[in-house]
Amino acid sequence: MTEAFVQDFEARAGTATAEGPEWLEPIRRSAMERFARTGFPAARDEEWRFTPIGPIAQGTWRPALGGAGEVTREQLAPFVFGHADWTTLVFVNGIYHEALSTIGTLPPGARVASLAEALRSDGALLHGHLARHAPVEGSPFTALNTAFLSEGGVVHVGTNVDLASPVHLLYVTTAEAGGTVAHPRNLIVVERGARASVIESYVTLAPGQAYWTNPITEVAVAAGAWLEHTRIQRESETAQHVGLTHVDQQRDSRYRSFSLAMGAALGRHNLHVRLHDENIETLLYGLYVTRGDQTADNHTAIYHDQPNCRSWEVYKGILDGRSRAVFNGKVFVKPEAQKTDAKQTNRNLLLSDGARVDTKPQLEIFADDVKCTHGATVGRLDEMARFYARSRGIPAAAADLLLTYAFAAEVVEEVTLAPVREELDRLVRSRLGGL
Amino acid sequence: MLEIRDLRASAGDKEILRGIDLTVNAGEVHAVMGPNGSGKSTLAQVLAGHPAYVVTGGSVRYRGQDLLDLEPEERAQAGVFLAFQYPVEIPGVTNAYFLRAAYNEIRKARGQDEVDSMDFLDLLEEKLKLVDWEPAIMSRAVNAGFSGGEKKRNEILQMAVLEPRLAILDETDSGLDIDALRIVAAGVNKLRRPDNATIVVTHYQRLLNYIVPDYVHVLSNGRIVKSGGKELALELEARGYEWLEDTVGAAS
Ligand SMILES: Nc1ncnc2c1ncn2[C@@H]1O[C@H](COP(=O)(O)OP(=O)(O)OP(=O)(O)O)[C@@H](O)[C@H]1O
Ligand SMILES: [Mg+2]
Repeated sequence: MTEAFVQDFEARAGTATAEGPEWLEPIRRSAMERFARTGFPAARDEEWRFTPIGPIAQGTWRPALGGAGEVTREQLAPFVFGHADWTTLVFVNGIYHEALSTIGTLPPGARVASLAEALRSDGALLHGHLARHAPVEGSPFTALNTAFLSEGGVVHVGTNVDLASPVHLLYVTTAEAGGTVAHPRNLIVVERGARASVIESYVTLAPGQAYWTNPITEVAVAAGAWLEHTRIQRESETAQHVGLTHVDQQRDSRYRSFSLAMGAALGRHNLHVRLHDENIETLLYGLYVTRGDQTADNHTAIYHDQPNCRSWEVYKGILDGRSRAVFNGKVFVKPEAQKTDAKQTNRNLLLSDGARVDTKPQLEIFADDVKCTHGATVGRLDEMARFYARSRGIPAAAADLLLTYAFAAEVVEEVTLAPVREELDRLVRSRLGGL
Repeated sequence: MLEIRDLRASAGDKEILRGIDLTVNAGEVHAVMGPNGSGKSTLAQVLAGHPAYVVTGGSVRYRGQDLLDLEPEERAQAGVFLAFQYPVEIPGVTNAYFLRAAYNEIRKARGQDEVDSMDFLDLLEEKLKLVDWEPAIMSRAVNAGFSGGEKKRNEILQMAVLEPRLAILDETDSGLDIDALRIVAAGVNKLRRPDNATIVVTHYQRLLNYIVPDYVHVLSNGRIVKSGGKELALELEARGYEWLEDTVGAAS
C-alpha cells in the first residue's frame, strides 16, 4: 500500500499542491522517503498496539480534492458556535475554501491565513516553524502528512497581541470525501506575551462516508504567552481520523487544551507538549464519547524538561455499544526538572457490557523533588446516585442520562470561552440523547 | 396512609427486617428509635424502594396502593420522600438543576405543567428561607463537598420543595449543630399538615423536643419491640435499649 502513496507523491510534482518555497520540497521529499521505508506501524509497535489501523493501512485512498461547489454557509451554521463573525477558515474535503471562510477583524500584529497563502507570503515565519515542532521520525502518519503538506491554516499572533475573539479552523467533509485522504497541516504561533484562542474542528455533512483525515497541528507558545486550544473531532462514524498536535511551550507560558472526540470509526489523537523552560503551565482536558464499534484513542505526552512547571491533565470517556477507548498518558520528567507538579487523571464510564477501555499511565520520572500523581478508573454509573435521583421522582432513564451528562459536564466546564463551552455542552447533551 | 404488615427484607443472605408492623395515619408523626444496626435505615430504604434490598415477605399499603409494587420514582411521584441518613453526592449536576428536574418530574406525573427556571427560582427563594439558606448553595453540585450538616439541610430543602405526603427522615438530626437542628425542625414543623405524615428516625430525644411525635417505636434486631407515646423516648434516654433487647431475647 505504501507504493500507492509514493505514486501519488510523484504524480503531484508540478501541480499546485506541490508548490511552495524552495526549502519545503526537500522536507516533503525526505518525509516521503521515510514513509516509503517504514510503511504503516506494525502490529507489534507499542505505540499502536491497541489502535485498529487495519482499515487505513489496507485501504486505497485517493488524495482529497475539495469539491466545495454545493456547500453553503447555512450548512456550516451548526458548526460555528453561533459566531459567524469569528475568523473562520473553512476547508472542504481537505481544501481551503475562501468563499466560505470569514476573516474577521483582527488586531494589528495578528494574522490568519491558509497554509497555501502563508507559504506564498510568510515564508520566513513558516521556515522557522513548519515541520520543526512535529518531527517526521515521530510516526509514519507524521511522515505521510509532511510529505503531502500543502493545505491547512496558519495563525500567527504577534508579540503582546491579544486576539480578542477566537479563530476557528473548520474542516468539513461532504459525500465527495468517500475514499479519500486529507493531510491538513496547521500552524499556530503565539509570540511573547500574546493571547489567543484557537478552535480546530473536524466535522462532516456526510455522516455515512468512509474517508480518512490525517491532520497535524504544530503549536508554538512563546514566553509569557497564553493559548486556549479547543479541538473537536466529529467525523463521520465510518471515517478514520489519526491526528497529532505538537506543542512547544516557552518560559512563563500557559497552554490550555480541550479535546472532544465523538466521531470516526477510529479516532486517534496524539497530543505532545514539551515544556522547554521554567514556570510553565499546561492544562489538558479531554472528553470522548463513543458508541457502536467506534474506537477513541488518546495518546498524550508531556515532557517536563525544566524545573518549576505544572501540568494538569483530565481525560474522561463515556462508552456505549461495543466501542473501545484507549488512553495512554506519558509524563516524562527530566533529572533537572525539579519541583515539577504533574497530575494526570483518566476516568471512564461504561454504559454497556460490550464497551472496553485500555488505559495506561506512563510516568517516567528522573527528578526526585517532584509531585507527580496519576489515576485511572473504569466504572459504571453510580448506583447510589441513581437511586438517590429516582427517590426524588426522576425516572430511571432520565436519571441515567442526568448522571452520564454530569460525568461529562465536569470536564466540559473547563472550557473557558463561554460560547464554545455552551456549544460543547449542547453537543454532548444531544449526543447522549436529549436533556 | 401507610400500613406495614409483617414486612421482611434481606440484603444478600442477611435477613434485616424480620417482621415489621406499623400503621401511620395522616396528620401523625412517628418516631423510630433503636440501636445501631437494628434495621431503621433499611426500613426507610425499603419504603423508598432501594434495589439492594429484597422484600421477602409482608406487605406495605400506601394510600390504597401496594407501595412495594411501585418503582422508586413512582413512590416519589406518589408523595413518598426519604431524607437519607447519608445523602449522595452528584458531581456535575447543580443543586438547582437537580431539584427542578425532580420537581418537574413529580408535576408531570401528576398531570401538571412543568415550571420554567424563572418560576422555579421564585419557589426556591421562598423554600430557602424556610431552611434559612443563601441561594449560592443552589449553584453548587448536589451535596458535593457539602459539610455533614449542609447535606442534611439540603435534604430538608428538597423535602420543602417536593412537598411529600409521607416524609421519612433518617437521622436528619445527626451531625447538626444546635442552631441547624432548630432550623431543620422548624422546617419540618412548618410542613406538617393534617393530610401528611412524618416518620422520624433518630437516636436522640433532643430532636423530639422540637418535632413532637405522636408515637415512638423501638426497632431492635429487625422488629418493633416496643411502641408508646412520646414519653417512651425519655425512658429510652434514661435507660438505654438493653432492657428491651432482653425482652426480645426472652421472647424468641
Ligand atoms: N446493603 C446491605 N448489605 C448488607 N448488609 C446490610 C445492607 N444494608 C444494611 N445492612 C446490615 O443490616 C443491618 C441494619 O442496618 P441499618 O443501616 O438498617 O441499621 P440502622 O438501624 O439504620 O443503624 P444506625 O443506627 O447505625 O444507622 C446492619 O447490620 C447492616 O450492616
Ligand atoms: Mg441508619
